[in-house]
Amino acid sequence: MRKYTPKDNVQGKSYYTDRFWVAPRVPREAVEEGSHFEAVVNALGSQVKESYIEVGQLVFHIDASENFAVIKTLRDECGYKQCSEQSAVDYLAQDGEFELFYQLLNHAEAKRVRVVCRIKKGEAIESIVPLFKSANFAEREMYDMFGIKVNNHPFLKRIIMPDDWEGHPLLKTYPLQGDEFASWYEVDKIFGKEYRDIIGPENRDPAKVDRYDTKRFSRVGYEVPFGADISEGEKEQAIKYSETILVNYNAGTKQLDERK
Amino acid sequence: MAQHQVNYASSAGLPIALTTVDHLVNWGRSNSLWPLTYGLACCAIEMMAAGGARYDFDRFGTIFRASPRQSDVMILAGTLSKKHAEFARRLYDQMTEPKWVISMGSCANTGGMFNTYATVQGVDRIIPVDIYIPGCAPRPETLQYALMMLQKKIRKESANMNKNTKQNLRLV
Repeated sequence: MRKYTPKDNVQGKSYYTDRFWVAPRVPREAVEEGSHFEAVVNALGSQVKESYIEVGQLVFHIDASENFAVIKTLRDECGYKQCSEQSAVDYLAQDGEFELFYQLLNHAEAKRVRVVCRIKKGEAIESIVPLFKSANFAEREMYDMFGIKVNNHPFLKRIIMPDDWEGHPLLKTYPLQGDEFASWYEVDKIFGKEYRDIIGPENRDPAKVDRYDTKRFSRVGYEVPFGADISEGEKEQAIKYSETILVNYNAGTKQLDERK
Repeated sequence: MAQHQVNYASSAGLPIALTTVDHLVNWGRSNSLWPLTYGLACCAIEMMAAGGARYDFDRFGTIFRASPRQSDVMILAGTLSKKHAEFARRLYDQMTEPKWVISMGSCANTGGMFNTYATVQGVDRIIPVDIYIPGCAPRPETLQYALMMLQKKIRKESANMNKNTKQNLRLV
């Protein structure tokens, strides 16, 4: 059977929940002596600034300028032959920096390592495409989504958004429903800016009802012909509904249920 | 030499049928609607199911064509991203007149649940739509029904497409 959890006061609980509650972090453990990960940290020497174990995988911070050398050492000396993911996290509002991470996998040892470094806005990072071909698309996506330039990348070009797009959508400052450029993108591209007035702005309200649009919306009680122009003001044409005939079934004298 | 047998008791006594040009042309148009093989997202799976053996679009004379030059109907089946909008419009422009458009599913109608920066909020912003199908995704029966409604619409129209009041955005 499922374990019983008390369900009292479920609705009231939200009233006295701490507004400044901080989500629990994954516990960080020290690197064990004599383990594979300690050998990795020792192989890198002073390039590792901070290292710990998170959910069974080694995480260590390095200087952003040393990323190529560190990942080359990991590949050639520690057996990390696969770069499974590379991207960034936007901490600009918090720290004024991006956090870049490289996720590497060692097939022989079945171990994973995450290399983390931080760069300021406007700074570039060295490409690791000469080491890992799989980083090619990942770095292009990072450039597309965050605007982080990658030095010596063979083909640094937007990968998801159109080439003529403005802005980098995964930045925390980018609005979810798009800025002005985004909201007119397809209209500007296909018809030209002069068609903005004809086509009109996007409707972002899924429950929008236009009372004066007689083509798409019917008006209960005051009907007009399809497509009629009522922008000047609508003539009241109240529909006369027949009065509901109420039948009182209890008024009869006939007793249907014999038990009464 | 074979003599043509005229049955004077039927067909008003003559081997002719009276009709209008509109009726004749629209009979041809509505019974051979060829949609473009063009799927954008998961609605396209339902569209493919509608075209397959079980729902069998062929019995309406509806055969999917792989070229916009041979198509009459564009079924916009799925989410239209802003990046893809210009190509969808280009395919529409490549189709020969007369042409009709079915907007299939919530995403094509209004942007659906993708209330984001990257999705066109309704394909009617760039392409004039004849029939909107609700649903996420609509069942193949719904697409079938929409096609039958489109046939009805065509049969009501004038054969001269210029006379039909259709809001059509044209590139100038």
